[in-house]
Amino acid sequence: MNDRIDQIAAEAREAIAQASTSDALEQVRVQYLGRKAELPQILRGVSELPPEQRGAVGKAANVVRRDLEQALNERTEALEATELDARLEADRIDVTLPGDAPQPVGRLHVLTQTRREIEDVFLGLGFSVLQGPEVETVYYNFDALNHSPTHPARAKTDTFYTTSGEVLRTHTSPMQIRAMEASPPPLYVIIPGRVYRRDSDATHTPQFHQIEGLAVDKGITLADLKGTLLDFSRAIFGPDREVRLRPHFFPFTEPSVEVDVSCFNCKRDGSPCSVCKGTGWLEILGSGMVDPNVFAHVADHGYDPEEVQGFAFGMGIERIAALKYGIPDIRTLYTNDVRVLEQFG
Amino acid sequence: MKLPLNWLFEYAEPYMTPRAIADRLALTGTEVDRIHRHGVDELEAFVVGKVLTCEQHPNADRLRVTTVDVGTGEPSHIVCGAPNVAAGQTVAVAKPGAIMPDGTRLKKAKLRGEPSEGMILAEDELEIGNSHAGIMVLDDALEAGTFLAEVLPIATDVLELEITPNRPDCLSIYGVAREVHAACDVPLEPAPWAGIDLGEPTGIEGVSIEVRDPDLCPRFTAVAFENVKIDTSPVWLKQRLMAAGQRPINNVVDITNYVMLLTGQPVHAFDLDRVAGRALTIRRATPGERITTLDDVERTLPDDAMLIEDAEGPTSIAGIMGGARSEISDDTTTVLIEMATWIGSNILATSNALALRTEASSRFEKGLSPEAAVEGQAVALELMTQLTGATRVPGWIDLGGDGPAPAVIRLREARVTSLLGVEVPRSKQRSVLKALGFGVTDAEDGLDVTVPHWRRFDVTREADVIEEVARLAALDVLPSTLPTNRPGAQLSWTQRVVRRAEDVLVGRGVQEIAGWSFASPSLAERLRIPEGAPLRDVVVLENPMSEEDAILRPTLMGSLLDAAQHNLARGADRLALFDSGTVYRRWTDGEAHATPVNEHHGLAVVLAGPLDPPSWRTPKPAAADFFTAKALVGAVLDTLRVEWEAVPAGDWPFLHPGRSAAVMAGDVRLGFVGELHPLVARSWDLADVAAFAIDLGKVADLAPEVPVYRDVTTFPPVRLDLSLVTGGRSAAEVLGTVRGAGGKLLRDASIFDRFERDDVVSLAVHLQFAAPDRTLTDDEVNAVRDKILAKLGEIGVTQRG
Repeated sequence: MNDRIDQIAAEAREAIAQASTSDALEQVRVQYLGRKAELPQILRGVSELPPEQRGAVGKAANVVRRDLEQALNERTEALEATELDARLEADRIDVTLPGDAPQPVGRLHVLTQTRREIEDVFLGLGFSVLQGPEVETVYYNFDALNHSPTHPARAKTDTFYTTSGEVLRTHTSPMQIRAMEASPPPLYVIIPGRVYRRDSDATHTPQFHQIEGLAVDKGITLADLKGTLLDFSRAIFGPDREVRLRPHFFPFTEPSVEVDVSCFNCKRDGSPCSVCKGTGWLEILGSGMVDPNVFAHVADHGYDPEEVQGFAFGMGIERIAALKYGIPDIRTLYTNDVRVLEQFG
Repeated sequence: MKLPLNWLFEYAEPYMTPRAIADRLALTGTEVDRIHRHGVDELEAFVVGKVLTCEQHPNADRLRVTTVDVGTGEPSHIVCGAPNVAAGQTVAVAKPGAIMPDGTRLKKAKLRGEPSEGMILAEDELEIGNSHAGIMVLDDALEAGTFLAEVLPIATDVLELEITPNRPDCLSIYGVAREVHAACDVPLEPAPWAGIDLGEPTGIEGVSIEVRDPDLCPRFTAVAFENVKIDTSPVWLKQRLMAAGQRPINNVVDITNYVMLLTGQPVHAFDLDRVAGRALTIRRATPGERITTLDDVERTLPDDAMLIEDAEGPTSIAGIMGGARSEISDDTTTVLIEMATWIGSNILATSNALALRTEASSRFEKGLSPEAAVEGQAVALELMTQLTGATRVPGWIDLGGDGPAPAVIRLREARVTSLLGVEVPRSKQRSVLKALGFGVTDAEDGLDVTVPHWRRFDVTREADVIEEVARLAALDVLPSTLPTNRPGAQLSWTQRVVRRAEDVLVGRGVQEIAGWSFASPSLAERLRIPEGAPLRDVVVLENPMSEEDAILRPTLMGSLLDAAQHNLARGADRLALFDSGTVYRRWTDGEAHATPVNEHHGLAVVLAGPLDPPSWRTPKPAAADFFTAKALVGAVLDTLRVEWEAVPAGDWPFLHPGRSAAVMAGDVRLGFVGELHPLVARSWDLADVAAFAIDLGKVADLAPEVPVYRDVTTFPPVRLDLSLVTGGRSAAEVLGTVRGAGGKLLRDASIFDRFERDDVVSLAVHLQFAAPDRTLTDDEVNAVRDKILAKLGEIGVTQRG
């Protein structure tokens, strides 16, 4: 019996060594160690042997089975390593081919991007963001903002009217009144939105976007306006910017000022500059202290000009974007040519 | 307004460069558009010359060859075409190197073979007059070689000012001189009317004037002159007019323009002999009344237009334009100089109605003071007698009179500081206000400020006076501070929803556009919107830029399709565009609303061609279709945690009837998703287009701002798949039934496969069961599954065998 076991062991070792694939090896395993193979049967038959043979046969068979199992495992690992190498070789690709098509890229319109940047600056300064109607009453757009009944901006050559007598708001300022009607002071808000004027050239489109600012509180000063707009200018145009205020006239602020920011494009030494035309300054917005006549329209809502003061400003988003990105004709922003739009956002 | 600096300097001379003056004016409230040179440049090249010889040009009938002593010893050879040139004359000469008003530089030249070293000048060549009748002949007392600039005003810098509408007083040389005086701290010469007394307004013999409507004509003044000799004006006056942008005509007309430019008060001169009846009536126009003005145009006057008529009828539109009948002519000998005050708003209304704007109306419309009329008369009186040889007819007519007594405004020192945020010493406040012509006296808590007549309409309140202090004494020292009481701020939920929705689309490769709010009235037709549909309730403009822009967009689809068409026509092969903005409809419910029209924030997408670009692995990616658009709208709504479904609906005539759906959140309709109707696509030269549009306001209302935490780790879910035969039911019906029957234990149900054979549609549904407080047992899950299958069975959906 032991001879037979040794013979099986020798045959099996030879078969394991000869097996050249995992499949062949599996057949060897089944042939020598499977349920119907001879060695396992010998092991199962040990109990039926005469007692004096049981120990020797059982031990020999078990040793051979363990040896074979170990040999099989070793051979399996070797074969798998070889096969993996072969498979990896077969999997080789041309890594110089292009990758997958780039994921499509979407972008915000440059006006949306610019508006969001400005909104974020003022949010950080404590100004909430409000929106208001674009079709507005004459009262909110002109009357309550201290425009005289004959103010030229009311003319149908300048302002769009609906057939039912409302206007397309010519500025975001009507929301000053609506905001003050809705909330008592203190009030710190900006109002971005679309506005309309009957104009069309390289720097004007009949629709454009403004951001209004309004701060009303006890003791708000013109110096606060300057500081607020200085922070804004540095955030949007760079940390080295300065601002200056130039007196101007607007019906709904007194004193009124225009605000210039120092040119971000040139050395500001008077040398030629395509952005500031050598002046060193860029006009960015109109502003001023809220006119007492404006407060008079919201006196019933807690706005007593002897108690509270405020500043207001209004800037054009198109102008800010055009300055910042060197866009020569803002009408291109509404042509919606993807080749233009994808440069921004 | 054009401000010739040589004229300004007669009244206030800051001894600064033109650029520096412009900068200072800009920083004190008078914007300067540009600076230009009027006249010539390279002044040393312009000299006085003596014509020594003058011969006929050998080769040209109309030219002479002269030698001219220009003070250098060696006579210059100059060819001259003027008919009046002659030996012995003293003339103005431009030598080579001179720069003429048009910018050309004079060079030595040969004219028809004769060398010419310069030019003998006519006055128009120097822009000091408009005569080209011949060369100027100067005073023989002048020496050859004298610089011409010492003799004639041949050059000045001109500031082009932008005067704000509240400052009509600065539409005058003297008014700007006052600003320069205050801004640059230089002396101001007395006003040109100072010391000239018109005497008592006792009337003028033989002249009668009646103001019938004094409410619109607060003052009307007239001074008469006889023995007037019409001639050209002297060079100094012509140069000033030309530098200020006016054409010289004759001495009387030039005086009227000169006085207006100097004082700001418009002036009209009548040929008194041609004023019928020597009588003027000032009155409102009668309804529909017509008048022929100086420019020979017959105009119909609007209501409340004021006119001036003589015994034969209307001659002038008051404050705007005179009439031809009594115009000054070459044989005029008697002149009536009229200066009046009109109500600004009425002049503006008339001028707008007639679409007629003149130098006079642009001043009157801003509101002039009655006192200015008398100041102007004083200046005119002096010039008329000096320059036309006229004799003044005794007396003058003054109807109306000065304006109301000047306002006195208390300027509180504390208020100045609190409004500006910087302290301005009271002495400084006093000095700048005085420089501007305000009267100032000390008061307990500040200053009492008396407003001069020329600022009567502009300065009425303390804030207005503070503005004067601010612009001249505070802005250049103003600190930058921040309000101390700023509240914290963040975007509202709706604003965050809008940004998030836009960002979702951007992250999936969709490009934002900015469409026009304006749309064509034909949009409804192109979108096949039937009469009476809500999308027809559009806002219509009374005065659009063009008929193509006459309504406000009731949907974002029009401008999106325009943009798609534009880009596809320019070579784009695939497009994914979105617009995020306002759409407008009329209110139709008859209720009162806070806003004049119904505005809401829409978000819309159009997709043309494949969403993903082609590559060598997928050379022909599938074009975007209904399901692509549905996935995108789902991405937006799922990001915002809005429960939604696409429900079949045929409410959008611009969509494919079988491939469109309403996007519903419960019973709230958020918008639509679908493929474009082929006829609509064709109208924009497009083929297959998928789209969606939703109302972001409604989305924001439904999106939960604060999510609630749900435990996902303690009790793991049980997963189960069902394979179902639909029996003709839609996917939504199947899922709806599953969810309804699944109850609280069913956490999720989704379709993960669909197959169809012999018209039998099967769906594979993935189910997830979980409870928040325990791990579910098989029995529990099986019970729910059986209930789901039973409910499905009721609508004819069976489990696949």
